[in-house]
Amino acid sequence: MAEYKGVLVCGELADGKLASITAELLGCGRKLADELKENLSCLLASDKVGEASKEAIAFGADKVYAVEHPALKEYQADSYMQVAEKLARDVSPLVILIGQTSMGRDSAPRLAFRLGTSVTTDCLNLSIDPATKLLVQTRPVYGGNAQAVFISESMPQMVTVRTKAMSPLERNASRKGEVIPTKIDIDTSKVRTKVLETVKEEAVGIKLEDAPVIVSGGRGMGGPQPFQTILKELADLLHGAVGASRPPADNGWVSEGLHIGLTGKIVAPDIYIAIAISGASQHTAGCSGSKHIIAINKDPEANIFREAQFGVVGKYEDVVPAFTNKLKGLLAG
Amino acid sequence: MAVNMIVCCKQVPDPEAPPAVFKVVNNKMTLPAEVKPVIGQYEEFALEAALKIKDTAGGKITALSLGNNFVRDVIKKSLAVGADELILLEDKAFEDGDSWSTANALAAAIRKIGTYDVVFCGRQSSDWDAGQVGLGVAEILGIPAVTLARKVEVTAGKAKVERVIPDGYQVVEVTLPAVIVVTSGIGALRYATLKGIMAAAKKQPVVWKPADIGLEPSKLGAAGRRSKLDKLFQPVKESKCEIIGGDTAAEAGAKLAVRLREAKLL
Ligand SMILES: Cc1cc2nc3c(=O)[nH]c(=O)nc-3n(C[C@H](O)[C@H](O)[C@H](O)COP(=O)(O)OP(=O)(O)OC[C@H]3O[C@@H](n4cnc5c(N)ncnc54)[C@H](O)[C@@H]3O)c2cc1C
Repeated sequence: MAEYKGVLVCGELADGKLASITAELLGCGRKLADELKENLSCLLASDKVGEASKEAIAFGADKVYAVEHPALKEYQADSYMQVAEKLARDVSPLVILIGQTSMGRDSAPRLAFRLGTSVTTDCLNLSIDPATKLLVQTRPVYGGNAQAVFISESMPQMVTVRTKAMSPLERNASRKGEVIPTKIDIDTSKVRTKVLETVKEEAVGIKLEDAPVIVSGGRGMGGPQPFQTILKELADLLHGAVGASRPPADNGWVSEGLHIGLTGKIVAPDIYIAIAISGASQHTAGCSGSKHIIAINKDPEANIFREAQFGVVGKYEDVVPAFTNKLKGLLAG
Repeated sequence: MAVNMIVCCKQVPDPEAPPAVFKVVNNKMTLPAEVKPVIGQYEEFALEAALKIKDTAGGKITALSLGNNFVRDVIKKSLAVGADELILLEDKAFEDGDSWSTANALAAAIRKIGTYDVVFCGRQSSDWDAGQVGLGVAEILGIPAVTLARKVEVTAGKAKVERVIPDGYQVVEVTLPAVIVVTSGIGALRYATLKGIMAAAKKQPVVWKPADIGLEPSKLGAAGRRSKLDKLFQPVKESKCEIIGGDTAAEAGAKLAVRLREAKLL
């Protein structure tokens, strides 16, 4: 029987810096490790890890395994998995925490199957069972219409954690920890995919994830045009961003990057204005962390009114321009 | 090149049913009879991805589904839209599995099918949303996988995949055979034609039992799980929406602005 020790976070870098999800995982991992009286370690793998190792310590890690390799510049499963699998076997952790991000969604199930264990994806809550010391893993299921609690029946206990579900610790630059530069060979002949092209479709203006106000449109908008006019005008007035439910992205009315929900972006602005969105649980999964939800929908029975704090029943063509106009006056006055 | 494709499809309760009808009773999701089973949304996208390849390159599509008590008309939609064959892993032993036991059974069935260039899966099932089976199948079969595909082309032993990444996409080339995990944006599944429906009515799905794929019942379904479902519950949510009215919709819109200013939200 292998011995399993400690909590391992599989971290990520964003633009060369420690990604916010990794700070969130370290915050949650720290609590779990303390409760288990175990160490918290963090894997950072990239072409260059640099200062991010120290950041990981400042956010709670005891040990950082820094793996640098040119093949890790851009995430590619067949390269990254060689590193993650080797490290997971060497470290042999009790618990592995991974972000429910683009990279985590792609890598966590692969790693679990390689290690012969299960992974519970998209967890919102994690705790330690006081009696068994096992990880209690809570995640939404049925599109968010219920939640399920899982316990791993094999080791290591692996989970991915939804972005913004956990709070990072206060950054503490004086926290002590150890950076372990780790050399792992990558056999590039085992890489069966090749990235021919990477195309960024970044929206101009404020990023959806950072916007304090999001004006979001659904299938009921009827086409691409109102996203560029009616919704954009309101978003600009409120220094916010335009978002969407899945159908506008699927239909090509807006870029895929604006898609909010279970399979899109998770956002938590101060104000989320849902316009012509029915409020399917798979959509609200992505915006229920908003401080205030405001709904405009022509159907008084639409589920979005169960999520919203304020609402207007009516056609957006009538409601939104009048709302924007009045607001302009109020904000000017 | 004619392409041999397998599409993994799951039968699920309609995920678009109104949230209020989803009720957990005794740790089980119970839905009223009016909520009809359907093929999961991302499996429909996966089917469409395969059909698009069949349109251009030609080939064969085998739909593969694991479960028990399939509603024939629901799962045979795969045949009606253009799949050539439907294989059902249908047995009580397949029930209540997790991603681990499901991927193992599907992989065993795919091995038995034998010839394939692409295995298509949806990014996540429309009931449990775990998002693992496609990658699990690839790991077990030892073949590459590309996830979040929204466009796929196949040429001479390779597939070119448009893969969604945050704020954009990549074009990824992968050697075949491979698993391709499909997301939305590929286009809605086409409607079945009358001819397709009639042809499907005449075809019978092939049913495989655990012994047919050479797996012990202890490796399947609930018995083969590597994670235990401890509890299923629904957090109580109080809704308290203040509906702002007016003589006209425009007036209500203006009043909403006033109310939000008053509440100091904007
Ligand atoms: C596994 C899975 C994952 C999914 N992930 C996501 C996800 O991440 N994000 C997501 O959004 N969806 C997701 N979905 C899809 C989701 O179930 C819904 O289908 C989708 O959210 C519906 O989008 P909608 O509200 O814009 O459209 P609809 O449900 O069609 O609603 C349109 C609304 O617009 C209103 N309307 C129409 N015209 C007007 C008008 N002129 N003025 C005012 N109101 C009007 C209607 O009353 C209706 O309420 C997922 C589904 C599955 C199964």
